[in-house]
Amino acid sequence: MTSAAAVSIRNVSKTFGKGGTKALQNIELDFQPGEFVSLIGPSGCGKSTLLRVIGDLVEPTEGEALIGGKPAHQARLDRDYGMVFQEATLMDWRTIEKNVSLPLELMGWAREKRRDRVRELLELVELTGFEGHYPWQLSGGMQQRVAIARALTFNPSLILMDEPFGALDEMTRDRLNLELLRIWEATSATVVFVTHSIFEAVFLSSRVVVMSARPGRVQKVVEIDLPYPRTTETREDVHFFELATEVRELLRESHSGRDAAPEGT
Amino acid sequence: MTRLRHATTEWLPALAILVLGLVGWELAVKAFGIQKFLLPKPSEILTAFWDQRDILWPAGWYTFTEAFWGFVIGVSFGIGAAVVLARFRALGSALMPYFIAASAIPIIAFAPIANAWFGIEKSSKIFIAALLCFFPVLVNTLRGLTSVKPQQVELMRSYAARDFTVFKRVRIPTSLPYVFASLKVASVLAMIGAIVGEYFGGSQQQLGIQIKNSAALFQFETAWAAILVACILGVGFYLAVSLAEILTMRRYPSAERARR
Repeated sequence: MTSAAAVSIRNVSKTFGKGGTKALQNIELDFQPGEFVSLIGPSGCGKSTLLRVIGDLVEPTEGEALIGGKPAHQARLDRDYGMVFQEATLMDWRTIEKNVSLPLELMGWAREKRRDRVRELLELVELTGFEGHYPWQLSGGMQQRVAIARALTFNPSLILMDEPFGALDEMTRDRLNLELLRIWEATSATVVFVTHSIFEAVFLSSRVVVMSARPGRVQKVVEIDLPYPRTTETREDVHFFELATEVRELLRESHSGRDAAPEGT
Repeated sequence: MTRLRHATTEWLPALAILVLGLVGWELAVKAFGIQKFLLPKPSEILTAFWDQRDILWPAGWYTFTEAFWGFVIGVSFGIGAAVVLARFRALGSALMPYFIAASAIPIIAFAPIANAWFGIEKSSKIFIAALLCFFPVLVNTLRGLTSVKPQQVELMRSYAARDFTVFKRVRIPTSLPYVFASLKVASVLAMIGAIVGEYFGGSQQQLGIQIKNSAALFQFETAWAAILVACILGVGFYLAVSLAEILTMRRYPSAERARR
């Protein structure tokens, strides 16, 4: 593999505590620039941990993650990626405008430039006019769109998303999935997306990494060969269901004999 | 105009209660022939309040400055210690139980000791007031600084923010409601500390001594008038802190407050 891989995970293992649970075992993955990759698996499969290893928020016990050929630590210091969490994680005391411009403030952008960029992004996530609002005045779905705008402010080549729509109702989630694809196509960034929704993973991704739990391992990488741009019709496509079924069966295999199948909606 | 009318209708019931209460008090004392040492009439108290104003207000101001400096010192040390303990979490968690226990100690019991240490003038009262303010401010501020959501810290780290930046941009704003809650408590405690500290010995210019001596000399209306001075200054102090809170929180509105 050349250094051109957007994300390269090399033999990553992670054990929490001494002799504790093995969250990740010998993970090897490469994501290409512009790919949309989902990590899916039962809870405890370490998908969120893997995402944090990529973002240098968790240090692997073994192996390393590279972003664009750079060690993850350097990539974090260079602000090469934007992060979106399950909770919008907005600062309650900042207006929407100020929340979105937070990373730019930290990077020392001039006020004028910040304002222009924020306006651009709020337009992209269709929240123009909400600049002066506070986060608690917005619905959960709108808050998450603000978080996405914030992750995009400094135009990172990689976006890490940790179950960003997991706490939203299904209708909002469906709509935001479409919006996310539109934004992704507009930015050409690489997206690594953690989810436990099979339909969401298949609908969004170019590839789905199916993981198994205890220890967290890659079960299989499923190519999603549905054409982009995907629309609401994609969700009714026969092939879409075939792929979803394939992912579901892989998940079932991965923890046969265990309860708690991941939600299939 | 409507805002003024709104304010008036909001305050009117409270004001009516005050007037009715005072009238009821006056009439009750008259009707039941209550002795002055038990409860003087409001009119007598107000007369003493006016007649003795040249003694009571300077005494009140003297005591207020004790409370104020005690507040400033206690709060500074409380916030300072909280910042240090928030930085060194292990130390903070090790000491926290003791601080919580310490904030339950009747610190006022140390007042006679403080007199022995610092003399009967201002400094012993400032010490007691500061000590009373210290623990609640420390405990609350530490709780505020450490109640930041882990994801907010992760988010800041994903922007390669240093600890100091996280502190300034996330920890301090998150802690503000906690800090102000404790500052309001501290403002009350500081007044209590100063006055009760004075009961254990002080000079004539102190309000606590005025209250104590007037009561000892059976000048109960003067004692009550002095207490009224203490109340006015105490409430004023509390309101000043609340005003500072409102002005600060206007810049840092938080969700909990907005939902109220």
